[in-house]
Amino acid sequence: MSLASILVPLPDRSPPPARRVVTAPPAAQDEPRVAKMVVDSLSAYYGRNAVLRNVSLPFVERTVTAIIGPSGCGKSTLVRCMNRMHEIIPGTSVTGRVLLDGRDVYGGHLDPIELRRRVGMVFQKPNPFPTMTVRDNVLAGWRLTGTKPPDADAVVEDALRRAALWDEVKDRLKAPGASLSGGQAQRLCIARALAVQPDVLLMDEPCSALDPIATARIEELIHELAPSVTIVIVTHNMQQAARVSENTAFLYMGELVEFGATAGLFTRPADPRTEDYITGRFG
Amino acid sequence: MNARPSSSRVDTAFQASLVLAGLGVATVLAGVAWEVLSLSGEALSKGGIGFLTGTTWDPVAEEFGALPALYGTLVTSAVALLIAVPLGIGSAVFLSEMATSRVATVVGVLVDLLAAIPSVIYGLWGLFVLAPLLREHVQPAVQAAFGSLPIFAGPPLGVGYGTAGLLLAIMVIPVITSVSREVLRAVPDTQREAAYALGATPFEVIKGTVFPFARSGLVGAVVLGLGRALGETMAVTMVIGNRYDISASLFAPGYTLAAVIANEFAEAFSPRYLSALAGLAVVLLGTTLILNAGARLLVRRVKGAA
Amino acid sequence: MRMDAAEPAVRLPASPRLRWRRFVNRAFRVAVFGAVIVVLAPLVAILGTVISRGAPALDWDFLTSLPKPVGETGGGVGHAILGTLILAFGGLLMAVPLGVPAGVFLASDRMPRLGGVVRMCADVLAGVPSIVVGLFAYTLLVLPFKHFSALAGAFALAVIMLPTIARTTEEVVRLVPSTLTEAALALGAPRWRVMLRVVLPSAGKGVAAGIIAAFSRGAGETAPLMFTAFGSQFLSLSPLQPIAALPLVLFNYAVSPYDDWYAQAWAAALVLAVLVLAGNVVARFAMARRSP
Ligand SMILES: Nc1ncnc2c1ncn2[C@@H]1O[C@H](COP(=O)(O)OP(=O)(O)OP(=O)(O)O)[C@@H](O)[C@H]1O
Ligand SMILES: [Mg+2]
Repeated sequence: MSLASILVPLPDRSPPPARRVVTAPPAAQDEPRVAKMVVDSLSAYYGRNAVLRNVSLPFVERTVTAIIGPSGCGKSTLVRCMNRMHEIIPGTSVTGRVLLDGRDVYGGHLDPIELRRRVGMVFQKPNPFPTMTVRDNVLAGWRLTGTKPPDADAVVEDALRRAALWDEVKDRLKAPGASLSGGQAQRLCIARALAVQPDVLLMDEPCSALDPIATARIEELIHELAPSVTIVIVTHNMQQAARVSENTAFLYMGELVEFGATAGLFTRPADPRTEDYITGRFG
Repeated sequence: MNARPSSSRVDTAFQASLVLAGLGVATVLAGVAWEVLSLSGEALSKGGIGFLTGTTWDPVAEEFGALPALYGTLVTSAVALLIAVPLGIGSAVFLSEMATSRVATVVGVLVDLLAAIPSVIYGLWGLFVLAPLLREHVQPAVQAAFGSLPIFAGPPLGVGYGTAGLLLAIMVIPVITSVSREVLRAVPDTQREAAYALGATPFEVIKGTVFPFARSGLVGAVVLGLGRALGETMAVTMVIGNRYDISASLFAPGYTLAAVIANEFAEAFSPRYLSALAGLAVVLLGTTLILNAGARLLVRRVKGAA
Repeated sequence: MRMDAAEPAVRLPASPRLRWRRFVNRAFRVAVFGAVIVVLAPLVAILGTVISRGAPALDWDFLTSLPKPVGETGGGVGHAILGTLILAFGGLLMAVPLGVPAGVFLASDRMPRLGGVVRMCADVLAGVPSIVVGLFAYTLLVLPFKHFSALAGAFALAVIMLPTIARTTEEVVRLVPSTLTEAALALGAPRWRVMLRVVLPSAGKGVAAGIIAAFSRGAGETAPLMFTAFGSQFLSLSPLQPIAALPLVLFNYAVSPYDDWYAQAWAAALVLAVLVLAGNVVARFAMARRSP
């Protein structure tokens, strides 16, 4: 698949497309691919310090996009701009656009609290709510916002199954959320994000606190989720990026250096900086 | 390490003196408890449980019942907490969750100043500003609206349980605010981010994740405030009205354990009388010690978990 | 983290549910902001009254002279200011030699079990009602000698100061980087010398701040002095005689039946507030700039 075949919906002029049914089969390889989200000329600041400069990137619907780059290059900041978590930190600001289904999420049509339900997030360190049970953790997205899912038990089971955690915790749904192992806790956080049926899932180094076995489980899980959710994964691990993603973006010092199909980017990097990075010459 | 024997002997002596100082602190606490207990021995052994439940305080007849003072202490503290808990925790939420760090610093300093004002100055203000204000404006208005309720019955005197409770509230708010603020700060940001990422509003983040995480510490903050309210002497003495009685009305004058001790100690010439006052102190000390120890455990648990 | 950051820039029609959630959030913000205002209002009210009513009666004479008998105008609280300083310094004299080493002990962590118990005792002692501390000092130092004394008053204040001094000392000594102590120990210096020459000097400002805070807390106490120092109409320097104290004078004047004394009570309150709050502010500055 080449980049040119990604169809970027023209923003703001076109009416918002109807939300697609999550269970639709993935598009065939040669069909034009739709960008679920687009980052367009995005710059992000902490105070006056620009940590992202003019980044533009598409995220193809129902595929996995990896973001790689040396520490401090702005990977976390990029994904946090995509669900407007960046602005929670005082003194931060953003310019440029982030399109979800062709409409700018900073444009005012969507409250950030609604956006974050559609664009879920999994953090580097598993952060289940220790005061809630496993079950309540899964339902947290509903409970916190004062809403009730139509069938809570079904939501819990479905989310835990999709997070590949159901078999391990089905007998202790009432156990405290803090009682799980690190890998289980991270999958619980994934289940929690999935339970509100997001269109997009942002994962910021989801495996960095986990051992290789737990990491393998999460990677498997990402494969299983990819047909139904658009996934963005930040990772330091190039093998991981190669294993799980279809497209990869390489960020360096706040700028997008290279974006392309993962296979191509790792075998024939276009930019010398990308080559230096993936061959381990820096970062 | 220096191996010279003389030096290591000095070292041992030095360490021993530190340990002794530590033990000294513990001894002072034990001494307080012991002295007060032994002084009260006569009253407590003669009065037995009747000392706690009796309602008469008659030094001439040597009849001593602590209940009205205990009642006053509990009622004024309850009123104080009712007012101070929402305001104190609310302010702590402002300081830790909303204010910019500069505003939080300034407000934090002001709250600490409030805590540093000597209680006798609170009493002076309560007696000459707060009580007249309540007597002339607030109490008549409350009675006009809710006069039929027994808790607002009786003539508006300005002094009484309600006034003392209000003044105590002002005094314990800084305690509750600053401890709660510490506790809220100890809640990791990852918890807040997790909730934000699920689409919660700031209010929902605080209610749904920050408060549950901090709950035992917040309880600890409230209990520390309660400890201060129970033991506060001077300010209460000046505005409680000093009548040894039990009354359902918040407008009625009453007494508290600490205020009885403060007012009557200097006149207590018979050993039996002195012992009865020490008995009040034992009741007061027992209550505050248990509360304080429990509260600090709770606060420490939250800070340790974070 | 700030909560207003999540407010959207532009609002477009939203579902009733979302509007309700935004409304609750807004109402919560307003309530919390209101709470801060209500909490700070008494500070303004109290300090404002103390200044406006205290300042007119305040002059040099008031600060230096002795009280006049009832009916005569004039007179001051010089004896009580001096008394308060004597009592508070006397309290420090007893509390510092015990509190500072106790704090160093707590920070050393060399006996964690005992340290935990001592720390708990210090915290609980800080919560003992001051009137009970007064009673303790009474039974220990007044009852046996059969008369009130400055010594008993200073002792009562020392008991109140002790936990503050011990706990702040612990806190600031803990802040001294362990690399510093380890470097000195590695050079072969014995522990006590490291403590006296390296740790305490670099924690010195913090310890001083704790002592000043304890001083200002002690200077404002009334209840523990009522039946220990007791108060006096005269300038007294003897540790074995009753002595006047500013908070006691303030209290006695406030509950007296004389208008003239009320005015003096406010002036005394102003002096006391300045003394205590100044101590507090100084301590805060020393803490903020504390080494290292
Ligand atoms: N809260 C903050 N305040 C100020 N600067 C920040 C803050 N968070 C991050 N930065 C800066 O922004 C830049 C990008 O940070 P970011 O966390 O996005 O990097 P990253 O690529 O995710 O790094 P890592 O791989 O280490 O997670 C860094 O230079 C960092 O120092
Ligand atoms: Mg990162």
